[in-house]
Amino acid sequence: MANADYETHEHDVIVIGAGGAGLRAAIEAAAQGVSVGLVCKSLLGKAHTVMAEGGIAAALGNVWPEDNWQVHFRDTMRGGKMLNNWRMAQLHAQEAPERVLELERWGALFDRTKDGRILQRDFGGHRYARLAHVGDRTGLEMIRTLQYHGIHQGIDVYMECTIARLLKDGERVSGAVGYWRPHGKVVLFKAKAIVLATGGIGKAWKITSNSWEYTGDGHALALWAGADLIDMEFVQFHPTGMVWPPSVRGILVTEGVRGDGGMLKNNQGERFMFNYIPEFFKGETADNEEEADRWYDDKRNNRRTPDLLPRDEVARAINAEMKAGRGSPHGGVYLDIASRRTADYIRKRLPSMYHQFKELAGVDITKEPMEVGPTCHYVMGGVRVDADSTAATVPGLFAAGEVAGGMHGSNRLGGNSLSDLLVFGRRAGLHAALYAKDFGGALTVDAGQVDAVARELVEPLARVGGENPYAIQADLQETMQSLVGLIRTERELEEALRKLEALKARAKRVRVEGGRTYNPGWHTALDLRSLLAVAECCALAALERKESRGGHTRDDHPYTDDQWGKVNVVLRLKNGTLQLSREPLPEMPGELRALFQERK
Amino acid sequence: MPTFTMRIFRGDTARGEFRDYRVEAEEGMVVLDVIHRVQATQAPDLAVRWNCKAGKCGSCSAEVDGRPRLMCMTRMELFSEREPVTVAPIRAFPLIRDLVTDVSFNFEKAKTIPPLRLKPPEPDGTYRMMQEDIDRIQEFHKCIECFLCQDVCHVIRDHEENKRAFAGPRVFIKVASLEMHPLDTRDRTEFVRATASVGLCNITKCCTEVCPEGIHITDNAIIPLKERMADSFDPIVWLLRKFRGQTTQPA
Repeated sequence: MANADYETHEHDVIVIGAGGAGLRAAIEAAAQGVSVGLVCKSLLGKAHTVMAEGGIAAALGNVWPEDNWQVHFRDTMRGGKMLNNWRMAQLHAQEAPERVLELERWGALFDRTKDGRILQRDFGGHRYARLAHVGDRTGLEMIRTLQYHGIHQGIDVYMECTIARLLKDGERVSGAVGYWRPHGKVVLFKAKAIVLATGGIGKAWKITSNSWEYTGDGHALALWAGADLIDMEFVQFHPTGMVWPPSVRGILVTEGVRGDGGMLKNNQGERFMFNYIPEFFKGETADNEEEADRWYDDKRNNRRTPDLLPRDEVARAINAEMKAGRGSPHGGVYLDIASRRTADYIRKRLPSMYHQFKELAGVDITKEPMEVGPTCHYVMGGVRVDADSTAATVPGLFAAGEVAGGMHGSNRLGGNSLSDLLVFGRRAGLHAALYAKDFGGALTVDAGQVDAVARELVEPLARVGGENPYAIQADLQETMQSLVGLIRTERELEEALRKLEALKARAKRVRVEGGRTYNPGWHTALDLRSLLAVAECCALAALERKESRGGHTRDDHPYTDDQWGKVNVVLRLKNGTLQLSREPLPEMPGELRALFQERK
Repeated sequence: MPTFTMRIFRGDTARGEFRDYRVEAEEGMVVLDVIHRVQATQAPDLAVRWNCKAGKCGSCSAEVDGRPRLMCMTRMELFSEREPVTVAPIRAFPLIRDLVTDVSFNFEKAKTIPPLRLKPPEPDGTYRMMQEDIDRIQEFHKCIECFLCQDVCHVIRDHEENKRAFAGPRVFIKVASLEMHPLDTRDRTEFVRATASVGLCNITKCCTEVCPEGIHITDNAIIPLKERMADSFDPIVWLLRKFRGQTTQPA
C-alpha cells in the first residue's frame, strides 16, 4: 500500500538532526545564502545536546594563559590513544575558541572569571582548566543559544520528523525520505547536499546516558547509502552514571564533579584511582593524595589527580573495583565531593547534579557521597569524513558531530564533544552550501525509490502475528550490554553476532498495534533497523580489533599493539553485504609529531 | 512491589476517555517509568513525548493528578496505591493523541521575540561581563521549555481567544533575559506591550509555582517587565527615579 500522496520539500541543503552540530550547520549554510531545511526527530531544542553538562573545551587561555591550541591538540590525541584523525584534532583545537566566543556573541552567558571573561573548569585529560561552562548545564545554554539565533536565519525547521532512508541519483545523494511522527504521513526532502548530524548509538545498550533518539540513524543512513564507517568498535562508557534507584540507572553524572574536586572511593574509603595509573599517563599524573590535592590550586608545581584520567581509564578502574568486591551497596563506587567542598560551592557549581540526586535518588550530594558506575555514553566511531570539509565518501553527503568518526580516535575527552559540534557543525554547513552552489545539472529523485521506502515504512502496521517491538529492543539492549560492553572477548563478540542475526530475523516480523498517529510502538519498530545495523557494525569491528585501546578493551588481547595503532577498521556495504577492512590512518606531519616529544 | 492503578487519558482529537492500567512500580520509579511499562506490556501505541528522562529537556510535561508536572521528575512514592493516579495531557494546547499535545504555539511566539543586538566589543574584540551582572539572567537561562508555565497560565488556559495577542510566561522570561543582558542595546518596549501583551498577566504566580526549575518567573521577569512598561509611559518619572536611585513599584 504505497502512499503516493506524500508531501515534498526542496532545499539546497538539508540538515538531519538539530542538536549542536545540526543547528550550527544549518546556521552556517543559511549564512552562505542557500535554502536550508533542518529536520529533527524531536521538538526543536530537545536534542541530546541539551543533556551535556560539564562544558565546552576550548583553549581560550582565560584561566591558564599557558594554554593554547597545541596543548589542546596534544591532550586530545593522547586521550584518543593517537588513533584520532590528526587533521580533525588540529582544526578542532584551533577553531574551538572562536566558536565559543561566537556563542557568546549570540547570547550565551558562560560563568565568568573575576575580570569578566569566560571561566574555564578542569576536566579529565585536559592539561589546563579549559572548559567554558554554565554550572553543569552547558549543553542547555548551547542549544538554546543556537536555537534562538537559528530561528531568525530563515531556516525551515521540520520538527518531529524521522528520516528513514537517503536517496541517490547515481553516485550522489539527492534527497531523503521520512515520516512525520505526529500524523505518520510520509515526506520527501529533495536536496543537493545533506548534512548528517544525528548523534550517536547509545540506545543499543541497556545502561546508557542516551535518550530514545540515539538509535544510530545517521550511521545507518550513511552505511545504507554506500558511505564508509570507521572506528565503530570504540564506544565510550562514561565512568560516572547513576546506579540507583534502578529506574535512573545510567543517567549521567557530570565529570565536572571530579573537575571541581570530587573523589572516587571504594567501600573501604580508599581513593582507588591511585592504583590504576597507566604507564602512558604516569609522567603527568600525581601518584599520592597530597600532590593530587595540591594540584587543584597549583597546576604548575603538581601533577593532576588520577580521578581526572581520561574516561576509558576511569571506567575500567571502577569496573575492576566493583568486580573485586569493593563496590558500593547498589553496584557502583562512591563519588565524594561533600568532604572537600562546601554546600554553597556545590550548589552553585553543580546545581543540576544536586537537583537530580535530591529528586531522583533522595541523596543530598552536599552531605553524602554519590553512588556511580559506568554507563554507555558516546560512540567515537562514525561516518568517515574529510577533515576539512566533513564530506563523507558519498558525494553530497556530509557529517558532523557524534555521527562522524575520526575526531576522537579511540576515546573522547570530556568537553571535546560540544566543541566538536560547533567546529565541525560550522564546517559541514559551509561545505554543504558550497557543494550545493556548485551543483551541476538537475536534481532528480526516483519516485520508485520513494514509493519503496514508503511501503516499507507501513509494513509493521499491516502485519498480522509477529512480535512486539519493545521486546526486540529490550533483547537487543541486553545483548549489547552483556556481550559488547566495557570489557570484551572473542567468544562473547561471536555470540553477540549470532544473537544479532536472530534479532534481525525477529525484527523483520515486527508487528505494531494502532495507527499512524503519534504511535511510539511504530516508531520503535522502525528504529530497530538502524539500531541493529549499528550494533552489528560495533560487534564486527570489536571482533576485528585484537588489542585494547581507549574505548575498546579486549580481555583476550589486553595490551595496546603498535601495529593496530596505525589502522582504522572500516565498514561498508557492498552489494548488500557488510565488508570490513583495515585501512591506514592519515599520517601526522612532522611539526605536529614534534609536539609529542617536547614534554613528558 | 506496590501496584498502582494508572488512569491514563487515551484518545485523539475525535474522542477520548480515561482508561485504567494496573502497573507494578519498583522503588524510585517515576511516572514516566510507569507509563513506559504500560507501553511495553499493555498499550504499545500509548503516545507520550519524552527525551532525556532526567529533567533536562522538558519534553514529558503532563497533568498528573491535576497538577502540571514533568513525568520524569515525579516519583511514584508521592502517590497512594489506594487511589488511581490520573495522567492527562497538558490542557492549554491542542491534543494530538493520548498524552501528546501540539505545542507549536510556543515555537511561533518564540520567533516573534526581537533578538539580541550587541553593543561594540572591547578593543581586543571580545566582551567583558561580570558574574554579578549575569546572575539574574542565568536564572532565566535555566528554562527547559517544558511549557508548564504556559499550560497553567489562566490568560491562555481558559481563554483561547487570548492566544493571538498574549505570549505567555515562557516568552516573558526570554524577553526579560534579553532586556537585562549586559551587552544588549535593543528596545523591546513596544513588543512587550503590544505583541506579547504583558499587561494581560494579573500576577497570580501560577507559572512560578509549577516551574520545575524553580525560576521566579513572576517576581524576577514579569514584574520588572511590567515596571518598564509603566515607566516607559512617563520618561520624566523614569528619569527622576533613576537619578534618585529609587526602585519602582509593581504596576
